[in-house]
Amino acid sequence: MPLSLIFLVLLGLGLGAFALGRSKGAAMASAPGAGGGGRIGSVHSRPNYHGAFVALVALAPALLLVASWAAVGDGVIAERVIASVPEATRPATELDRSAFMNEVQGLVSGDMEAGFNPDAEVAAKLFVTTRGTYNLIVGALAAALFAMGGLWAFSRLRPQFRARNSVERAVKWLLVASSLVAILTTFGIVMSLVFESFRFFQSVSPVEFLTGTTWSPQTAMRADQVGSSGAFGAVPLFWGTIFIGAIIAMVVAIPLGLMSAIYLTQYAPSQVRRYLKPLLELLAGVPTVVYGFFAALTVAPAVRDFAVSLGMTDASSESALAAGLVMGIMIIPFVSSMADDALTAVPQAMRDGSLAMGATRSETVRRVLVPAALPGIVGGVLLAISRAIGETMIVVMAAGLAANLEINPFKSVTTVTTQIVALLTGDQEFDSPKTLSAFALGLVLFVITLILNIYALSVVKKYREAYE
Amino acid sequence: MNSALTSTAPTDGAERQPAVAGKRLQTDWSSPAMRSRVRARYRAEATFRYTGLAALLLAALFLGFLLFTIVRDGWTGFQSTDVKVSVTYDPATLMIDPAALKTPEAAQALRSADYAALMIEAVGQLGGAADVVSEGAWLILRENLEADPTLLGKTQSVWVPAKSNIDLLAKGKFDLAEPELTRGVSDDDVSDYTQLKQRGLLRTGFNRIFVTMADSTNPELAGIWGAALGSLLTLLITIGLSFPIGVMAAIYLEEFAPRNRWTDLIEVSINNLAAVPSIIFGLLGLAVFLNFFGMPRSAPLVGGLTLALMTLPVIVIASRVAIKAVPPSIRDAALGIGSSPIQVVFQHVIPMALPGILTGTIIGMARALGETAPLLLIGMRAFVVDTPQGFESPATVLPVQVFLWSDDVQRGFIEKTSAAIIVLLVILLLMNSLAIYLRNKFERRW
Repeated sequence: MPLSLIFLVLLGLGLGAFALGRSKGAAMASAPGAGGGGRIGSVHSRPNYHGAFVALVALAPALLLVASWAAVGDGVIAERVIASVPEATRPATELDRSAFMNEVQGLVSGDMEAGFNPDAEVAAKLFVTTRGTYNLIVGALAAALFAMGGLWAFSRLRPQFRARNSVERAVKWLLVASSLVAILTTFGIVMSLVFESFRFFQSVSPVEFLTGTTWSPQTAMRADQVGSSGAFGAVPLFWGTIFIGAIIAMVVAIPLGLMSAIYLTQYAPSQVRRYLKPLLELLAGVPTVVYGFFAALTVAPAVRDFAVSLGMTDASSESALAAGLVMGIMIIPFVSSMADDALTAVPQAMRDGSLAMGATRSETVRRVLVPAALPGIVGGVLLAISRAIGETMIVVMAAGLAANLEINPFKSVTTVTTQIVALLTGDQEFDSPKTLSAFALGLVLFVITLILNIYALSVVKKYREAYE
Repeated sequence: MNSALTSTAPTDGAERQPAVAGKRLQTDWSSPAMRSRVRARYRAEATFRYTGLAALLLAALFLGFLLFTIVRDGWTGFQSTDVKVSVTYDPATLMIDPAALKTPEAAQALRSADYAALMIEAVGQLGGAADVVSEGAWLILRENLEADPTLLGKTQSVWVPAKSNIDLLAKGKFDLAEPELTRGVSDDDVSDYTQLKQRGLLRTGFNRIFVTMADSTNPELAGIWGAALGSLLTLLITIGLSFPIGVMAAIYLEEFAPRNRWTDLIEVSINNLAAVPSIIFGLLGLAVFLNFFGMPRSAPLVGGLTLALMTLPVIVIASRVAIKAVPPSIRDAALGIGSSPIQVVFQHVIPMALPGILTGTIIGMARALGETAPLLLIGMRAFVVDTPQGFESPATVLPVQVFLWSDDVQRGFIEKTSAAIIVLLVILLLMNSLAIYLRNKFERRW
C-alpha cells in the first residue's frame, strides 16, 4: 500500500468523522428536553464545529505519523536492505551505498531492466516486500490513532462542550505556523549559504577570495592546485557585476525611468497616462529569459558591429554593453514606478506654491519636486541596483564567462550570477571547492543585496514619514 | 526660489540696477530682455516636457521592437514543412513476417519493424533528394501502419516532416544570394528544395509536432508541450503551497499578531525575502531540498517547492494590503453580533479581501511561471524527450526550455525559441489580464 493511498484514505475517513460529528451536533441542537429543543444558544457550538473538532482530533496524529514516516521511511528501509546484502559484497562507503540504493530504486520502479550488481536484484525484491510490510504497519498504526482520536473526541461532544473554541485554537496555531515559514526560509537561506561557504573557506582563505584578482575555478579541480593562489580571486566578478548592473544598466535606466515618471505624473493627460502606464508594467512583466534571448540574439551582434565600425577589431560578441543595455531596459519600469511613488508623495502644497510663484512646470519639477523627492528616488535607485546585480538570465545569456578586469564596455566581463550558474550546472562533485565557491558567491550576493535593500527601504520609509 | 529663477537670465541683474534703495522698480515685462527671458523659459519648459515624452516613447519603442523581433522570428515556428513521399509498406523492407500479424504478437511485430529502412527507400524514390526528411519521419509511417495494419504491402502517399534546413528554406529563412559558406545551408539542400518545390511535393502548414511533443535534438521534431506540462505541474505545487500558507500568514500578521519582537522579525523576513535575488532561492533549493532531503533532481516537485518559497512573500504582501483595505466597521459589526474573531476573519474579512488576494496570487504565479534562474540550479535544465509523467519525474519548464533552445547552435532552433517565447508571453498576458479583470470587476472602494 503506497503512502499516498494511505494519505488519501485517511483524508476520506476524516471527512466521515466530520460528517459524524456534525450530525451529532445537529441532533443535539434539535433534541427536545433539557438544554435542547432547537433554541438558539442551547448548544454552545454550531454543528460544523463539532464535526471539525472530531475530524481534527482524529486526523492530526494519524497524519503526523504518516508524514514523519514519509520523511524517514526510505532511510530505514535502505538500512534494512543494505544490511541484508552478504558481508563480503556489502557497499561500504556512503557513495557506494547511495549508488547501490539508486540501482535498487531503479529496478523497483522498472526504469532499469537489470542491475549491474547481482545483489541489487535480490535487494530490489527485498526492498519491495520490506516497503510493503512497513507501509502496512504504518497504515494500521495510523488507522488505530485515527480511531482512538475520533472516538475520544466524539465521546466528548455535549451541548455545553466548547467545540468552537478548540477548533479556533487549532486554526490560530496553523496561522502562526504559516507565518513562521518566512522566518524558516530566511533561516534556511542563511544557514545553507553560510554552511557551504564555511566549507569553501576551509580550502580557500576569505581574504584571498575577496581581494584576489584571478578567477579560474577550473584549475582548482586538479589536486595540486587546490587553494593555490589566484584561482579563486573574485574581484573581477564583483567588478563585472558592478560594471553591468550598477553602472551601464543604471546609465540607461535612471534617466529614462526618471523622465518617464516625471512625464507620467506631471504632464501626461489622464487618457495618455491610462494607456502608457500599463505599457510600462508590461515591460516589467516580460520574463528575464526573454530579455536574455533578445540581448544575445539581437542586441549583442548590433553592439559588436557598432564597435567594429568604430575601429575596434577585437570587440567581443558577449560585450558588457549589450548585457548592461538590456538590463537597463528591464529596470526602467522599476525605476519609473519608484520615482512615480516618490514624486506623488510630495505634498501638493509645495507644487502649488511653486507654480503660484510663477515657476513653469519644468522649473517646479527640477527645483522643487525632484529635490523634495530625492531621498525617495535615491532609495528606489538603490533597490533597482540591488535588483540588477541579482539578475541572472540576461547576463547568463548575453555576458561572457571570462573573468576580466575590463573597463571597455565592448569587451567581455563576467558577473557573480553568471558564475554561480556556470559552476552549478552540469554534473560535478558537490564537495569540490569549485562547486562550493558558488555558495560563497551567493553569500556575497545575498549580503550585498540585503544591505542595499534594508538601507533603501529605510530611506524610502523615512522619506514617506517626513511628508505624512 | 527667486534667486534660482533669476540665475537663468543674466540680463535680469542689469534691469534691477536703477532701483532706489528700499524701493523696487516694477518689472517691465514688455522689455526685449524680459521677453527673451520668458521665451527661453518656455523653450526650456517644452524641451523638458518632450524629453519626458521621448523617454517614455523610447521605453515603449524597446518593448515594441522586442515583441516585433520575437514575433517576426517566431511565428514561423508554428508552421512546419512536410514532404510528400510515396511509401510502399513492403513486408520485406520492414522485416515483418505477414504470418506474424495473425499471432498475438502482432502489435509487437508492428512496433519493432524497420520503418527507418522503409523511409530511406521511400525518400530514395524522390530522385536526387536523398536527405530531405526529418530523422524522425519514420514515426509517421509506424503510426499509420499501427492504425491500419491492412496497409501492409500497399502503397500510400504520406506527408512526412521535412528536415530542418528544407523547412527553413521553405520559410525563406536563408539569404540565397549569399555564398554557400556563410549562408548556413548547403547547395545540395537548396537544389533539393527547389526540385521538390517545383514538383509540388512540399507543403507548409500548422506545426502539429510543436504543440504536442516534448524536446528533441532535431528542431523539426521539438515541441513545447512537454515544457508546458512541466510548467503546469510545477505551478500546481507552487500555488498549492504558497497560496494557503501565504494567505494564512497574512491573516495572522494583519489580524492576530501582537506587536512584539517576533512579529517584527517575521515582517522583516518577509520584506527582505521579496527582494532577495531569485538565484539565491535556487541555491537554497539545491542545498536544502536536493542535498539535505535528497529529493529527486529536475523534478517539478522540487521546482514547485523552490518557487513557492519565492512567491510566498509576494502573496503575503498583496494579501496584507487587501486585508488591511477592509474597513474596521465590518469587523466591529460582525463582532457586535457575536462572531468570534476567527469567524469574523474567515466569514467576513477574507471574502471581501479575496479579489485583492487573488490578484496578488496571479501576479505571483505569473512571476513564478517566467522564472528561470533558480530552476537551472536545481537541475530543471534536463534534456527531456518525454512529457513529464508526474511530480517526481524529470521535467523542464517553459522559460528553461527557451533558455535551452537559445543555447542550441542549430539554426532551426532560433524560430523554435521565439515561438516558445510567444507561447510563454501569451500565457503571461492571459494571466495578467485575468488579474486586472479581477481587480477592476470585484475590488470595492470603501
